[in-house]
Amino acid sequence: MQFFFEVLIGGLLAGVMYSLVALGFVLIYKASGVFNFAQGAMVFFAALTFVGLQQKFALPFWAAFTCTLAVMIVLGILTERIVLRQLVNQPQISLFMATIGLAFFLEGFAQLIWGTAVRPLDIGVTNEPIQWVMERFDILVVKMDVVAALVAGVLVGVLAVFFNRTRIGRALRAVADDHQAALAVGIPLKQIWAIVWSVAGFVALVAGLMWGARGGVQFALTFTALKALPVLILGGFESIAGAIVGGLIIGASEKLAEVYLGPHVGGGIEGWFAYVMALLFLLVRPEGLFGEKHIDRV
Amino acid sequence: MFYREAGQFKSSYAADQQLFPILQDRIGVLAFLAFAFVGVPLVASNYWYTAILIPLLVFSLAALGLNILTGYAGQLSLGSAAFMAVGAVAAYNFQLRVPGMPVLVSFLLGGFMAALVGMAFGLPSLRIKGFYLAVATLAAQFFIPWLLVKVDWFSNYSASGVITAQRIEILGYAFDTPMKKYLLVLLLVVVLALLAKNMVRSRIGRAWMAVRDMDVAAEVIGIRMLHTKLTAFAVSSFYCGVAGALYAFAYLGTVQPEDFNLDLSFRILFMVIIGGVGSILGSFLGAAFITLLPIFLDVLLTDMARGFNLNLTPGTTSMAQLVVFGVLIIFFLIVEPHGLARLWQITKEKLRLWPFPY
Amino acid sequence: MKAWKTVLVAALAAACGSLAVAPAFAQEAGTQFIGITGYRVGPYGANGTAFFSGFIDYLTLANERDGGINGVKLSWEECETEYNNTKGVECYERLKTMSPTGPTAIHPMSTGITYSLIDKAPADKIPLITFGYGRTDAVDGRVFPWLFPLVSNYWDAATGIVKFIAEKEGGAEKLKGKKIVLLYHDSAYGKEPHPVLEAESAKLGFELKLIPVPHPGSEQQSQWLQIRQYKPDWVILWGWGIMNATALTTAQKVGFPREKMVGNWWAGSEVDTEAAEGAANGYYAASLNLAGKDYPVVQDVVKYVTGKGKSKTPDKLVGTVLWNRGLAAAMMTVEAVRTAQQKYGKKPLTGEQVRWGIENLNVDAKRLQQLGFGSMIPPIKVSCTDHSGSGLVRFQQWDGKQWIAVSDWMSGDRAMIRKMVEESAAKYAKEKNITPACLAG
Repeated sequence: MQFFFEVLIGGLLAGVMYSLVALGFVLIYKASGVFNFAQGAMVFFAALTFVGLQQKFALPFWAAFTCTLAVMIVLGILTERIVLRQLVNQPQISLFMATIGLAFFLEGFAQLIWGTAVRPLDIGVTNEPIQWVMERFDILVVKMDVVAALVAGVLVGVLAVFFNRTRIGRALRAVADDHQAALAVGIPLKQIWAIVWSVAGFVALVAGLMWGARGGVQFALTFTALKALPVLILGGFESIAGAIVGGLIIGASEKLAEVYLGPHVGGGIEGWFAYVMALLFLLVRPEGLFGEKHIDRV
Repeated sequence: MFYREAGQFKSSYAADQQLFPILQDRIGVLAFLAFAFVGVPLVASNYWYTAILIPLLVFSLAALGLNILTGYAGQLSLGSAAFMAVGAVAAYNFQLRVPGMPVLVSFLLGGFMAALVGMAFGLPSLRIKGFYLAVATLAAQFFIPWLLVKVDWFSNYSASGVITAQRIEILGYAFDTPMKKYLLVLLLVVVLALLAKNMVRSRIGRAWMAVRDMDVAAEVIGIRMLHTKLTAFAVSSFYCGVAGALYAFAYLGTVQPEDFNLDLSFRILFMVIIGGVGSILGSFLGAAFITLLPIFLDVLLTDMARGFNLNLTPGTTSMAQLVVFGVLIIFFLIVEPHGLARLWQITKEKLRLWPFPY
Repeated sequence: MKAWKTVLVAALAAACGSLAVAPAFAQEAGTQFIGITGYRVGPYGANGTAFFSGFIDYLTLANERDGGINGVKLSWEECETEYNNTKGVECYERLKTMSPTGPTAIHPMSTGITYSLIDKAPADKIPLITFGYGRTDAVDGRVFPWLFPLVSNYWDAATGIVKFIAEKEGGAEKLKGKKIVLLYHDSAYGKEPHPVLEAESAKLGFELKLIPVPHPGSEQQSQWLQIRQYKPDWVILWGWGIMNATALTTAQKVGFPREKMVGNWWAGSEVDTEAAEGAANGYYAASLNLAGKDYPVVQDVVKYVTGKGKSKTPDKLVGTVLWNRGLAAAMMTVEAVRTAQQKYGKKPLTGEQVRWGIENLNVDAKRLQQLGFGSMIPPIKVSCTDHSGSGLVRFQQWDGKQWIAVSDWMSGDRAMIRKMVEESAAKYAKEKNITPACLAG
């Protein structure tokens, strides 16, 4: 039983990491209906820029964070200007492909500037088990994971306040609801998109820091996007709560499946289990956990 | 002036319904085919066969398969590479386990196996569509290569899970040089492409397009949703499967299931989008663009670095190449969202009036 | 917009036109041209950059210090494969056309690309040197005349690791009842050691548990919780790329001692340990070559190449495991050409001639000293029946700053490997209808 809880908790905490990446997808999809495949590349780009700045100019954590955030905001604005604005009214698939193009660009650009070397990232939290939980319950809970979960919680809280309480947030929700209507009441669509991409850049930066602290900042960070996709289907593309809950479910069930089911079928099922589970789930509930029902998907 | 159908009268249904109703098109296609079958072997080098033409044709076929599904039936899929893997492994196993099995038949059977698998993974399309379906097809993309690696039987118990395609021999004639392989692939691709062109204007093809354009309306006029969507998945996967078999047998020879990864699926999707969604010709143009562009950029950037005597860090050119590739894709989507096939169409329209456009 | 479209059509037409005349720029005549299929971008870009920097630095050294090989200057071209098979094949074909003598010998540095070239290389008469990867059964040169898995292969590594563990435990008999986990990358590469480890486990009586990590391996929580539950005595790490660093950090998380982890040589470079930061301290890895800057050849590279601005290698890479491996790989190509020159004369040689050179390569300890490699790599003597030439591995430990050698050159169970190699090669020969035979000069 102790082992079961250990796997469960580990899975839930890993799920939070997936949610962090999924959040970025949700933000952009909500506001502009774009399935942003470049989110993974943005995570990589943000983390690499952060570490690069930190190492090159010996900046303290917050200075590097602020600079990177500025870079991500500029990136968001440029993306809106150069890419999205030109593609208004194009079918979704074109926008999707454009974001893949963006992903290529970011991957190349990031490595062009900072090189391909793997860089360690230290955010001041050790990667060790929390002693007293270990002693009390003999369950392994890692500090880093807990910190990541807390950060994700704070992030969701901030986003929730941002969306629900601020003027921009309300405008964002209005745009998400109906572009035309939003335009009609005088919401500047283009600015809103730039903002949403900047916010997604911020989320990517946070995700990049958390993932980078786990295994170093390197190209493989772009693969984090793949972990986020099943979370998205499960949680629904438009729901922030869905991204979090979906992440928790995917994380926990994936780990439990790998540990309890894996050995019987040769292991390594984590790569696809989340997808198959999300697929089966969709057959029952096509709109996802928190997806909006009125959206026609069949 | 040259490209004008005025004066070409159709006096029978057969004439009106032929694949290429305009005389110039017919001549053009025939000339192009003649060039591909006769002209190319006269001039091409081994580099062209192995590095460019064979992969180009194989990817065209896969893109064609995806285009049938995405372009004609409107179902987005990110699992094409997995279906290619099924085709490759199935063809290998038919060759290995059935004595005296003709190679061509095993290619087709590989395609059929892929079609079966494709139908199984197409089932969710009855409930979901759009990006939800795309992500759902990723399940196939991750599950199938895993299964092929896990079950040793598929690779004939090779220690590393790698399959080595058998020699291609048809009626005692061995296709062993790059040129012969090229001709075989070309023949298969041409036949399958003409078949596809025919199919998309047939009853089934029109049903696909009806579903794509508005599924509710299609259902109302009596198109069977289940049947239509699943045939689209089956036909599409069949093409991908044959492409996979050709990839293994005519292109690489030895393949590991991991070769058929998500990157490849994305590349095939790129080909469809860049070439033109819902266009047979577009699949070929897209495949050509995506296959040739990186090579072209590579050669160009390396030459430029050399020409200007730039002292670049090695690898810079390849990263710059990635950047340029990304930018070009975005540029392309902005300038011509309907793909290369549309550009070709515009050119044709222009040609029709040229040189007196008014 | 309309203008843009015209530009687009024109650009496409121009591109098609220029491509038709594209990749035929000739190399300097009279040089030994070496084609390099490298990768510096993509998920394994960091590993590739280190290896190929070393490779090219050695070639530069051969030109700068010795004026080429017996007066025949070297020239080379690197083509980026991004660790992608399709691109690898294209690069291979392109490099082939760049010189009348072909690309000498290809180091694909990727198991996938090696497999893609297995059928092509013999047809083109170009030898492939796979330095510590690729097809293990290619050791049997009678079936794979054009494939040279030089130094050691995966099975050597696996049995070597078992032997190393046995030594640490105090003898092979002590392994009985011990528990060993193989944590492997779930791919063809990760499956390679299974048969030998299973055979070893049956022979020596240790319990073996195989735990796969799905690609890319950036998330290993469940695998390590399983390991924590299973409480093995040792973990063998068989990873590549980010999987290694993640394995080390996750091991730290679950509190598994790094001193009880042994990696193979693709899981034992600075790329892996530095990304894992402190988590790697104490970790062992089997290696084909030692790290360090104290070898005369490294000093020469610093003196003649990197110090003189003739190289673009970052200083940080000099003396690292993969960079040194690149030096060694280049040295073997150069020495093979030198060997072949004795037979075919001092001129640029073709792949067929170089193949003979590799098959008769003999770099003994004395020669290694002369070349300045000292004990960085084991002596190698290749023959038709043994295309690896050594089979030795050596273990290094990461002390937090650098890799320190902690064992001598040692070999695993060579007799068993030989038997399995021959079986596997014979099976391949049967499948492909090859009659095993040594190729004549």
